[in-house]
Amino acid sequence: MKLPTLREVATEARLLLIGIPVFLWTMIPIYHMFLFAISPKEDAFSGKLWPDHPTLHNFSIVFHQQHYFLRDFYLQFWNSMVIAAAVGVLTLFIATAAAFAISRLRVPGGRVVMNLALFTYFIPAAFLAVPMYRTMGIYGLLNNHWSLILAMVTIASPYAIWVLKQASDKLPVELDEAAVMDGATTPQIFRLIYLPLMMPSLVAIGTYAVLLAWNEYLYAFLLLSNDRDITLPVALGNFLAADDSPWELLMTTGFIYALPPAAIYYAFRRYMVGGLTAGAVKS
Amino acid sequence: MAITLSGDHAMAAPPLSARLTPAQVWGIVLLAPYLLVFCAFVIYPVGYGLWLARHPASYVALYHDPVFARAAVNTLVFLVIGINIKMLIALFLSGFFVQQRTWIKWLSVLFILPWAVPSIPTILSVRFMLNPEWGVVNQLIFKFTGDDGPNWLNDPTVALAMAIGVHIWKSLPFWTLILITGRLAIPHDLFEAAEVDGASWWQKFRFITWPSMQTLYITCTLLSMIWTLGDFNSVYLLTGGGPADLTHVLATLGIRYLRLDQLSLAMASIVCAMPFVLPLVYFMMKRLSR
Repeated sequence: MKLPTLREVATEARLLLIGIPVFLWTMIPIYHMFLFAISPKEDAFSGKLWPDHPTLHNFSIVFHQQHYFLRDFYLQFWNSMVIAAAVGVLTLFIATAAAFAISRLRVPGGRVVMNLALFTYFIPAAFLAVPMYRTMGIYGLLNNHWSLILAMVTIASPYAIWVLKQASDKLPVELDEAAVMDGATTPQIFRLIYLPLMMPSLVAIGTYAVLLAWNEYLYAFLLLSNDRDITLPVALGNFLAADDSPWELLMTTGFIYALPPAAIYYAFRRYMVGGLTAGAVKS
Repeated sequence: MAITLSGDHAMAAPPLSARLTPAQVWGIVLLAPYLLVFCAFVIYPVGYGLWLARHPASYVALYHDPVFARAAVNTLVFLVIGINIKMLIALFLSGFFVQQRTWIKWLSVLFILPWAVPSIPTILSVRFMLNPEWGVVNQLIFKFTGDDGPNWLNDPTVALAMAIGVHIWKSLPFWTLILITGRLAIPHDLFEAAEVDGASWWQKFRFITWPSMQTLYITCTLLSMIWTLGDFNSVYLLTGGGPADLTHVLATLGIRYLRLDQLSLAMASIVCAMPFVLPLVYFMMKRLSR
């Protein structure tokens, strides 16, 4: 075995000197959340780095809804799921149709629509929140799941359309031309040629929209207020309303809430990194 | 009457169908859902918002509201200091993560976690860590020094710095990832040639990495600035705008005015940000729409 040279050791040491702080910086807030989730109340508040008696009791309280703040836990979880799924499906439908129309059918005015969508993408969502809240009130949708679904679709689709348009511009035009020669109608081209070829980008965009909706806090808490209508993040925010908030339960619920998006992200990471970062910033 | 109507129809129809191929008709049909969403949930709210913000009196009231002035300064600090620090770290870390090591590969998988998990539970976790009595930070300070730690979120400067920290924690992985893609796109033989010529790492960075990455870096910085303007969570969930409304940013200020039922002020404060936002947006659109 060859002994490493001094220079190699120095390089490794330098890399570790960066790597260890990066690891700590990344993990501490998450570890702290996990620590609270497995700590009995006394341990959690004592500032220990590992509880004396780690326990799953907090999870059992959450899963049995045995606390005032948790009495609608399953319902809220379900709300989050339904809304995220609906946003994913609707965004995919709207964005795929629009991207196909703009990129493949070259519909007149397509460029203008693309630019309008891009413009919306760059306006910070928080700026649109207040007028959106009023608008939903006027439409009579407040406290209705549709308000949050439609708001999130509005926010998710510009980016979705843009990424899908970039991806479909890369497909060769000859494919469509050959299909037209063979007498294919536009719906057939869409269904038999376009959709199968776009699959990776569609997976990426679907994941993006689902995660965006699942993670959304601001719009959810503006548009939904009824305890039985709200999504999990709003319920988490409501914990803070009390002075003696049960922080260990808050962290446990937060931990459960954070698991699905993390799992989805890692499951589709291949698509996400390829489909989103490549499209996100083009130099 | 019926005959004239159908006659009109027949006369109007040919030019329209002559101009549009069936494919274009389909195109319009497929574009319609988005246009519908756009009109109902972008055009109408924005128009309504602008209409609410039409009174000059709102701007006078904003001008006299110390919370607004403070929020404007905070937003500027957040953008100019916070984003530049974040992007510099991201640039530095992208250089770290392209090193070929197994453990760095694993670290990069973990490093993405803050971006992958929702911000609410993690920000609240940080909030409790900073709790002056029960938080783990001050308990550790007490254990090691015997002194009480600072009341982190009760000092407006420290609280804003913490909010910036939370923002960096959350979005650093995303920007690092993008800068990594930028770095990987640089042809490797450039570095090999520089190595042969005995270039130092600074020279490699200065003459190879930076020239090929600067456009991407500046685009990322501007884009991050635009998006950070809308970062509601980092401030609202950590400090709630407090203490004494001194840590608000523009994104949380609108919600504060909404709570106080001062809708026209909420809209006016957003309109005030537009002279800064629109040039940035215009610049980004020129860059991205090719």
